[in-house]
Amino acid sequence: MSMAAVADGHSARVIGLEDAGHPGPAPKRIITGFGFWIFLLSDIVMFSCFFAAYAVLLGQTAGGPSGAELFNLRNVAIETAFLLLSSFACGMASIAAEVRNPLWFQVAMAVTCLLGLGFLVIEFREFADLIARGAGPSRSAFLSAFFALVGCHGLHVSAGILWLLTMMAQVFAKGFRADILRRFLCFALFWHALDIIWVAIFSVVYLLGSAA
Amino acid sequence: MSDSHGLPHLADLAPGDEEVVSVKLRLLGYLIGLGLAVLLTATSFFIAGTDLVWQPSIPVAIIVLAIAQMGVHLVFFLHITTGPDNANNVLALAFGLLIVFLVIAGSLWIMANLNHNMMPMDQIMQMQR
Repeated sequence: MSMAAVADGHSARVIGLEDAGHPGPAPKRIITGFGFWIFLLSDIVMFSCFFAAYAVLLGQTAGGPSGAELFNLRNVAIETAFLLLSSFACGMASIAAEVRNPLWFQVAMAVTCLLGLGFLVIEFREFADLIARGAGPSRSAFLSAFFALVGCHGLHVSAGILWLLTMMAQVFAKGFRADILRRFLCFALFWHALDIIWVAIFSVVYLLGSAA
Repeated sequence: MSDSHGLPHLADLAPGDEEVVSVKLRLLGYLIGLGLAVLLTATSFFIAGTDLVWQPSIPVAIIVLAIAQMGVHLVFFLHITTGPDNANNVLALAFGLLIVFLVIAGSLWIMANLNHNMMPMDQIMQMQR
């Protein structure tokens, strides 16, 4: 027992925390989840900077094509459906982890992964198509901002899929240990947050871009 | 540290954790969230492409629908609610939203002001000639 602990115990008695029945430090699951939540919020703040840059540069097409001439809303609708369903499948995996069912966990995670990969394939083809038509990120400030914003989300989804595969392997190899479950809690938060950011992207970039 | 406590149902909830224990109710929550999200998304896509709505209202409608859908995702998928055990998570979210608002609104405001006060670019180029 160190001096600090003794001093802490003393001050607690002085303040009267002991009498109040203070429950002590929160369980690790809450601390981990809260810390990751703070990270996610900072990630959202970072995305808001990309959104601000996009909104500011929206009109700076340098004589090049605008969003309304480039975007294919049918593709965006399919992407949106894929990501939304994959978010739902991730929720199913959360339930499976909660009731400790490895089979359904792996099935739900595999569905999440496939839908996420489908999203990435469509997005990659859209980017390749834009670049082939001469509307790459170097064409205008508007397109730079567009590729930075949507590409940053795509990178997040790619990283999320790597994390997803890691979680499948860890649950397969180590089972539903408390530390694995904490990691999965963070992954589920990350995946749902990516879907929230996609809602902002398809509304602001694609729908507003083609309406205007 | 406190892994022996197992899943906590003491005073606080980790973000993403739910109070409800029954699997049926959890499933129902995700299904409601999915249904609402599909409805809002479909409305957004419909409004963007239709001529049936008063045109100037479309951007506002799309943004309102997007904010509503983000709320649906937060409540039904991330389980960030207004319960007392969620106070810390909601406070962090509120601070994050404040920064997001300041960054976006501030950028738009400043750049609109700049564009308004600055001479058009082609005139500047002519003066430099």
